Amino acid sequence: MLSPAESDALWLSLSVAARSVAFNLPFAILVAWLLTRARFAGRTLFDAFVHLPLVLPPVVVGYLLLVLFGVRGPIGGWLHETFGIRLAFTSTGAALATAVMSFPLVVRAIRISLENVDRGLEDAARTLGAGPIDRFVSITLPLIAPGILAGAVTAFAAGLGEFGAVITFASNIPGETRTLPLALYTALQTPDGDALAARLAIISLSLGLAGLLVSEFLSRGIARRLGRPLNHGWER
Amino acid sequence: MLRVALRKRRGDFDLDVTFSAPTPGVTAIFGRSGCGKSTLISLIAGLLTPDSGQVVVGDDHWYDSERSLSVDARHRRMGVVFQDARLFPHLSVRSNLEYGARRLAKSAARPVAFDDVVSLLGLGTLIGRRTYELSGGERQRVALGRALLAQPRLLLLDEPLASLDLARREDVLPYLEKLRDALAIPIIYVSHQFDEVLRLATRVVLLDDGRVAADGDIAAVSIDSKLRAIVGPDSVGAVVGGLVERVDLSGLAMVRVGDATLNVELDEAAVGQRIQIQVLARDVIVATEAPRRLSVRNVVPARVTSIRPDVGRSVLIELDIGRTSTLLARITERASAELALETGKQVWALIKSVSLRGHVFTVTGR
Repeated sequence: MLSPAESDALWLSLSVAARSVAFNLPFAILVAWLLTRARFAGRTLFDAFVHLPLVLPPVVVGYLLLVLFGVRGPIGGWLHETFGIRLAFTSTGAALATAVMSFPLVVRAIRISLENVDRGLEDAARTLGAGPIDRFVSITLPLIAPGILAGAVTAFAAGLGEFGAVITFASNIPGETRTLPLALYTALQTPDGDALAARLAIISLSLGLAGLLVSEFLSRGIARRLGRPLNHGWER
Repeated sequence: MLRVALRKRRGDFDLDVTFSAPTPGVTAIFGRSGCGKSTLISLIAGLLTPDSGQVVVGDDHWYDSERSLSVDARHRRMGVVFQDARLFPHLSVRSNLEYGARRLAKSAARPVAFDDVVSLLGLGTLIGRRTYELSGGERQRVALGRALLAQPRLLLLDEPLASLDLARREDVLPYLEKLRDALAIPIIYVSHQFDEVLRLATRVVLLDDGRVAADGDIAAVSIDSKLRAIVGPDSVGAVVGGLVERVDLSGLAMVRVGDATLNVELDEAAVGQRIQIQVLARDVIVATEAPRRLSVRNVVPARVTSIRPDVGRSVLIELDIGRTSTLLARITERASAELALETGKQVWALIKSVSLRGHVFTVTGR
């Protein structure tokens, strides 16, 4: 049903989006925690910095990534020399660019649920002998799981369509970084590419619709659980 | 022995509290809302850091500002029960109960056994439930069990009944009494309801605006004028300790109080049982001659030790009834003048037995 190029683009999009979420979550949880719980100088500036990808043109994000993570960049160079890892112009790089773009969305979702966690529960755990990491893992994390899930779903859905940052940082390499939107863009640049473009658009549309339905389904489940505190899944 | 000396400034509020509590036994911290009770509990538990002071239980120093010592709350082994229970909503009742126990060292002694706590607090039918299925009273019982199973050296109960209505409080109070009598764990009980204090504690620390206003046996604190300001004039009454000497077939108990014997209705009286009775000042009648042919059951010889102005046109009379027991009587200024009451005068205090109903509390033998 799908041509090899189409299915390549589809799978690549799914894989890049999934990997971007995996990149995102640990950092997003940490940053959300810092922004809700920690008191430090420059917190407001840090908050603004985290939200930058929301307001910057994606091309700018891609360009900055290229400067930092390119093979000659300070971080990219180090990664290349020490571990032999190359990010620019690879699918991992595409996932990184996607992750940076959706990062604020994930932080926001997690932060909201962190703000709703009753700190008294953590105090109670502390009097019962739980240390800081133990408290976070056994109490806080399960309680913010709905927020993490919501953030992950949103980031995944948004990641399927990331264009500007990916094409700038990871370029448009078939089978490596040519995700659905990039394939669609390429098709539009090619003579006689109209039919392909239309097919890719339909694939994107179906994917987006499916994503929204899953997200809606999940958030309804979460609302149900919040009305009635979480009752399964984290039982020991 | 628990020794607490703590200082903490928070904005306008300045808490400066020193008291000690015998262990085991129940010490009540009593005061109005906002007098610093909950802050004090957080400081003792280590959830808040004091500005200076000491927290010592037995030989264990948990906080000492002079030695720059502050043991983290999680190592203090203080079982805290909060007003809002704070059960973990994502865990079942059983997992809540086991939370603290699982975090004990493998070699740690476990004098409080799971099954004992379950039967003591009547948790058998609750174990398999989700926390959101519990009533307010049940939540507090689970919170108590959770604190006990962490094998605490001290129980801090921070208004555990305050969020419950009267009927639900009755669901929990008997369990607290059982707990007090069955376990050798010292308890600090924070409350702004004096009837709870009467029912559970024998010692009271009266807290007012961040300071200890009075501190001692409940009998001594009950006649302290600072308590009167807090409980309100209608609840003023001396608390006297008594010993059940005889119980007749109708259930009326003869209770030795000071040099006198009071007739008291008791639901479950056993000879030898120690009780404490709150005799409301407005229920005490003063006579200067021994009255005859009255329905009143209790006529107690007494000596006036002080007469002080009270609310409105009344005076509050302190009556010594022997063996350091004291009663309070509120009468009008005019009655006092007509009877020519003065300090040192011998009188009779009249107390209707029925007025003592609901004001009699059993005291643990410990």
